[in-house]
Amino acid sequence: MSFIKSKFHHPRIPTNDLGLNYRDYEGSLSTLCAGCGHDAITSAVVQACFELSVPPHQVAKMSGIGCSSKSPNYFLNKAHGFNSVHGRMPSVATGANMANRDLIYLGMSGDGDSASIGLGQFSHVVRRQLNMLYMVANNGVYGLTKGQLAATADKGVTNKAGELSLFTDIDLCIMALQLGATFVARSFSGDKKQLVPLIKAAISHQGFAYIDIISPCVTFNNHKDSTRSYDYVHEHITTAAIADFVPMKKEITSDCASGEGEDICLHDGSLMRIRKIQDDYQTTDPMQAIVDIAKYKKKGEILTGLFYLDPTATHYHEINNTCDMPLNQLTQDALCPGSRVLTGINNSFR
Amino acid sequence: MTPPDTLKFSSQCQATNNFVVRFANTNGTGSASANNMFAKAILRMGIPVSAKNIFPSNIQGMPTWYEVRISEDNFLARRGGNSEIVVAMNAQSLKEDICSVACGGFLLYDSSRALTEDDIRADIQYLPIPISIICQKEYKDPRQRQLFKNVVYIGALAALLNIEFDVLKSLVADQFKGKDKLITPNIYALELGYQYANQHFTCPLSIKVERRDLINNRIMVDGNTATGLGAVYGGATVVGWYPITPSTSVIEKFSSYCDRLRIDPATGKKNYALVQAEDELAAIGIAIGAGWNGARAFTATSGPGISLMSEFLGLAYFAEIPVVLVNVQRAGPSTGMPTRTQQSDIIACAYASHGDTKHVLLFPQDPTECFEFSALAFDLADQLQTPIIIMSDLDLGMNDHLTEEFSWDDNKSYNLGKVLTAQQLDDIENYGRYKDSDGDGICYRTLPGTHPEKGAFFTRGTSRNEYAGYTEKSSDYVHNMERLLKKFDTASQIVPVPEINQGHKLAQIGLIYFGTSAHAIAETKTQLKDHGLAADTLRIRAFPFNDAVSEFINNHQLLFVIEQNRDGQMRSLLINEQEISPEKLSSIANCDGLPMTSTFIVQGVLDKLSGDYSAKQVS
Ligand SMILES: Cc1ncc(C[n+]2csc(CCOP(=O)(O)OP(=O)(O)O)c2C)c(N)n1
Ligand code: SF4
Ligand SMILES: [Mg+2]
Repeated sequence: MSFIKSKFHHPRIPTNDLGLNYRDYEGSLSTLCAGCGHDAITSAVVQACFELSVPPHQVAKMSGIGCSSKSPNYFLNKAHGFNSVHGRMPSVATGANMANRDLIYLGMSGDGDSASIGLGQFSHVVRRQLNMLYMVANNGVYGLTKGQLAATADKGVTNKAGELSLFTDIDLCIMALQLGATFVARSFSGDKKQLVPLIKAAISHQGFAYIDIISPCVTFNNHKDSTRSYDYVHEHITTAAIADFVPMKKEITSDCASGEGEDICLHDGSLMRIRKIQDDYQTTDPMQAIVDIAKYKKKGEILTGLFYLDPTATHYHEINNTCDMPLNQLTQDALCPGSRVLTGINNSFR
Repeated sequence: MTPPDTLKFSSQCQATNNFVVRFANTNGTGSASANNMFAKAILRMGIPVSAKNIFPSNIQGMPTWYEVRISEDNFLARRGGNSEIVVAMNAQSLKEDICSVACGGFLLYDSSRALTEDDIRADIQYLPIPISIICQKEYKDPRQRQLFKNVVYIGALAALLNIEFDVLKSLVADQFKGKDKLITPNIYALELGYQYANQHFTCPLSIKVERRDLINNRIMVDGNTATGLGAVYGGATVVGWYPITPSTSVIEKFSSYCDRLRIDPATGKKNYALVQAEDELAAIGIAIGAGWNGARAFTATSGPGISLMSEFLGLAYFAEIPVVLVNVQRAGPSTGMPTRTQQSDIIACAYASHGDTKHVLLFPQDPTECFEFSALAFDLADQLQTPIIIMSDLDLGMNDHLTEEFSWDDNKSYNLGKVLTAQQLDDIENYGRYKDSDGDGICYRTLPGTHPEKGAFFTRGTSRNEYAGYTEKSSDYVHNMERLLKKFDTASQIVPVPEINQGHKLAQIGLIYFGTSAHAIAETKTQLKDHGLAADTLRIRAFPFNDAVSEFINNHQLLFVIEQNRDGQMRSLLINEQEISPEKLSSIANCDGLPMTSTFIVQGVLDKLSGDYSAKQVS
């Protein structure tokens, strides 16, 4: 059980469009290690949902098993959560989404959960174009089982126990791009300024959104030789563009002056305002994004930011032509053909 | 070599409305629909009939058999033994097929190729028809030459067995409704065979059919169609699945009925979502996710798929999520005999997954019960908040059975179980997801999105307290595990009760059976009577067992558990769950992959009796 937080509210604490404050978006007190990157992701999710004025109970929090998969317990206490089985969150999220297309699905997984045991499910939920935000806390190890190398660990690095990573790493952003995700980004749990707008845009996106979040494991993968330590990431992180999220209703008052940036209009009318740092930056070509990720990696740098966004994306229910009413709300009248129809069916078997 | 045209050593089989026809074909040649037409023709003449397709795990070119039993007495299980008439259309299996003709029986074969000397049996009668030559002459298109061969022999059988030609004509018309161009050529092919047989043989033979009126309201359909349709009626909206024989057609039928019956008339949109998953783990994961979110959801699988779903079944049991799983059992272990039937997943399903688990199982005996149990399973899943596993099998699922017509009570509404609305949540002081407020082990659940402030909880497969909070406190854990047991006890009171057949004066012998073994029971009783033996019967329809099962066992001296596996799995489950001493239950278990026969059961009873007798003499 997680600890109950103090309910004390500062009288002047700011509220959002729903009249809710930041604390209304919090969860139980985290039981992760102090300094774990995952807790920073939690707080980015809280901030993003608060600022977006998402009704907390309209969110379904889906996860697998791992330290990262516990995180949904630490945000949005008013939302239902489902901590399923190791590597299988994508299928459970698929079923939940089939049952009720109206909720917001936030998936939280780890790199062990998604790149090893759940790689098959990960690939297929991308292909399936499920309307959800899928986040992976990428720490290069299995935190919960005490630091074994994950399939995302860079070839040639050693974990804390001195075990060498012998094989090619799996880059889930590249996989997502290749398999048709319509929103793909990488960020760093320690860079809220970048992460929060990405989460907001991903939630507004109607389609499959993937964010790979480098999230250091302070206990098992923060040593000198690690390429997922806070120090290493701070030194080698690079971004090709800065993205701001401009909600539909707000006037445009973001840091970047207009004219300087390029706007991408999201489904709900919000904008993703991009300020390029590298000249060749683009968000329209997934194959080019793959090349860029690999290019930086070769230089020993971690490229972050929004890699790809298809603002015209579609998703499973549109492809399936599912009715607008959530399936879990259809009544017997709509579902059961009744005895008269059955008579005809019986006659077809005589 | 030409066979003699009369019998030398043996007298011909004589039978009206009581014999077996065995078709030997090559798979992939289109014989299935012709053979099915044959069985349906018997049905339309008012005579009880059953059909078993014995097919290979292969798409084209391997031997396949179709056995039709015609029985005025309604003995519709596989009869076993040799057949009165064999239609041998497969050169590959010809030798074996000739052996499978009963003494005094008939072999209809394609005489375009001559038989060899060892193909000649003196005790059967040969009915040579040059089917290939006829089709070669009549049709230009190679596929047509192939397909119409099947129709030609059906035409010949009509003459030989006295099947009304008009019945066949009406079947062709029904089968090709909408493709009218195909009707005339099919009827022409039937006539080719019919004329040939009439001109060359004395028709009808000494085995034949005669019109009766013995069908009443019954229909002829396979169990998977019934299960798929039951899911439509039961209100299933979300399906995750992965193809595997023999379960695939459950989903295919569900899908095709949904195409007709579940399209929103106003918008043309679907009132269901069918997801072909990447594997069985995902298939059941999808169903569980949907069940958690308040939709009625199911998956169907067989054999290896059950093994893969095991971890998720444990999650659904422990996290208490409604879900329906259709298991169309086939012969295991591993890939086993994928196209043969068995009831060998009883233990694997009753206790699926690690830790202490128990699952609710339903055992339909025929397509009527497949339909009923399939619809019922969604109510039970919602009421009990747990997986409900429908234990069908290949024989039931894929073969056509004569069965009571489906019925539906329009006044009955779905039982959605204990799900709280926003209003109800407002009225509750201190909601706890796993609080047993009613004392039946079943707690109140809430669905995501119901209430802005109340009722949200974290669903997990880890231990939790009554308020869904994570706990490793032993007392909380034990309390929860015992409540789950209490819930299982509640289940025993709402699942289908056993069907018991016993007189005022109890027989010494009690036969316990379930599922498709039911088809052999009436015949078994008749045969036992011939041996001077009487038996009471109990058909298990669900697990957990009802008290009536223990009572029946206590009331009988000599009990047999009849099942289709090697190890007597149902017997083990009874011993384990009802605390019955093992020596009380004898096992009659057939695991050869073919449907149960009465001969096998009777032999099992007799063996036990003579064994007991000789044991008594020794002591
Ligand atoms: C089927 C199964 N196998 C193994 C485990 C043990 N296990 C729990 S978490 C975990 C790895 C988690 O790693 P990751 O997803 O990267 O999460 P992190 O803890 O690093 O955030 C493993 C192997 C399990 N729970 N289930
Ligand atoms: S073990 Fe690592 S990943 Fe897990 S909580 Fe601790 S720091 Fe975070
Ligand atoms: Mg990890």
